[in-house]
Amino acid sequence: MISPQARRSLTPWTMLAPLLLLFAAFFAYPLARSLWLSFHATDRSTFVGLANFGFLLSDPLFWWATFNTIFYTTAYLVIQIPFCLGLAILLNNRRVHWRSLLRFLFFSTYLVGPVFAGVLFSQILAPRDGPVADLLGNIFGRPIEIGWLTDRRLAMTSVLIASWWLSIGAGMVYCLAALQAIDPALREAASIDGAGCWGRFRHITLPGVSATLGVLSLLGAVGALQLFELPVLLFGGPGPGLGALTIVMYLFNAGFETGNAPLAAAVGWVLVVLTAIVSGSALLVANRRVRR
Amino acid sequence: MRAVSTIVLNLATISCAIAFAMPFWWMVRGASSDRFAPMRELFKRQPVGTWLLNSIFLASVYSVLVVLICSLAGFALAKYDFRGRRMVIGVMLLTVLVPPQVLLPAGFELVTWLGWVNSFPAVIVPGLANVFGVMLFISAMRHVPDDLLHAARVDGCSELRLWWSIALPLVRPMIGAFTLMSFLGSWNSFLWPQVVLIDDAKHTLPIGLANMSALPHDATGLMYAGVLVGIMPAALLFFALQRDFVDGLASGAVKE
Repeated sequence: MISPQARRSLTPWTMLAPLLLLFAAFFAYPLARSLWLSFHATDRSTFVGLANFGFLLSDPLFWWATFNTIFYTTAYLVIQIPFCLGLAILLNNRRVHWRSLLRFLFFSTYLVGPVFAGVLFSQILAPRDGPVADLLGNIFGRPIEIGWLTDRRLAMTSVLIASWWLSIGAGMVYCLAALQAIDPALREAASIDGAGCWGRFRHITLPGVSATLGVLSLLGAVGALQLFELPVLLFGGPGPGLGALTIVMYLFNAGFETGNAPLAAAVGWVLVVLTAIVSGSALLVANRRVRR
Repeated sequence: MRAVSTIVLNLATISCAIAFAMPFWWMVRGASSDRFAPMRELFKRQPVGTWLLNSIFLASVYSVLVVLICSLAGFALAKYDFRGRRMVIGVMLLTVLVPPQVLLPAGFELVTWLGWVNSFPAVIVPGLANVFGVMLFISAMRHVPDDLLHAARVDGCSELRLWWSIALPLVRPMIGAFTLMSFLGSWNSFLWPQVVLIDDAKHTLPIGLANMSALPHDATGLMYAGVLVGIMPAALLFFALQRDFVDGLASGAVKE
């Protein structure tokens, strides 16, 4: 910190000014205005109380979008987190060859971005002549047709495959950094004390990476609740039989296809509340851990 | 026993690596088939050149501005003790996880009122208040030694130059890391630009490619080529900033 006589000086405030002005105009104001809009009718002036939220609760499509989004978020994390850690453990092992090359390969999907990944997977998973269909056909010796992009029940699975491909590598890099920060002496000491593979994992590796896994899960969950680009690019919309309808897709349709900005704002606030519940419970878990 | 487990470990890693690499391989194969015919076709048939330039322009201007604004704010919050400092940091922490989509309806209203629809400021300016970036720079700026700043001030250095000439060079890895993150963020952004940019000539590569893929056609090679073109600039920037990126992430992770 710089000298105490600067306590009342305006210098730090002038340095903060650009950020604070932008924050007020393009974050705080739209956030408040969204809340205000959500209590008003489409003419943006008649007060309707909770009618927009009431409509959402009575709309089966919104329930479907919410269910879909939460299902996606859960399935995404259940696979993503163990894979990030597992790959990191593999790449942290000296007996594995070409470690830095492979680390870069896994990480490189981070550079692709959801739009390009969506377009790429929409070609790769094409049912009849896509490369995945070709590959499966070659393996099984007969044409195999899986409706990755046309079957309602498989829609979310296809989205999940693309999003795991996109994100596991980056998560792996964070886990690897956490693993490398664990003192190797700890592991040796545990071995000498007779701890097996599982014991070392349970009592040394896991505590060492648990903070990183917590952050990855929290950010992963918050990001997954905002799913939009991947399904839009994979299916050109909510997918076969609305199988990949998400909350943000519902918001976008309400706001920009139907032109009902107040309803879109209400959806946005439902998303804010969902996010708050997820991050609040994550913080609670983290706090309890620290206390114990 | 040990030899067997070594083989298993390597096999597991390699098979994961192959699974991860396949989409890239299929993309390159598709885009380069028929002596790069899809590539030539792509630039001939679609205004891909324009989209590419738009994307590069938007991402470059955005990352330069956001690094300047966030590092200045991060410097003020990390290196000055003033009333309200804790409150500013607290408010930012509260908002860092707010889903940006909630701002869509009111944000669109706002840029319409400003007359920015279909222009580049509508894409660049709203994203400049990047709270996450400020947090990163607060943690990086903490490592700038106070003594150095004091000495420079005694020598008559202005407060703004403390930031520009002393603090910024010292947090270079974080600048590299955050430049890459913001460039990628802008490069891959879709929802907001697609809402505010209307003309085909104003579109970015993701929007153009998305519209292309919505058209009914069987030009698979064209789509592969589009994705390849879309990944290249991000990959080039990553190679240029790779060192900083790793160091920057590491410096942000260190706790005192």
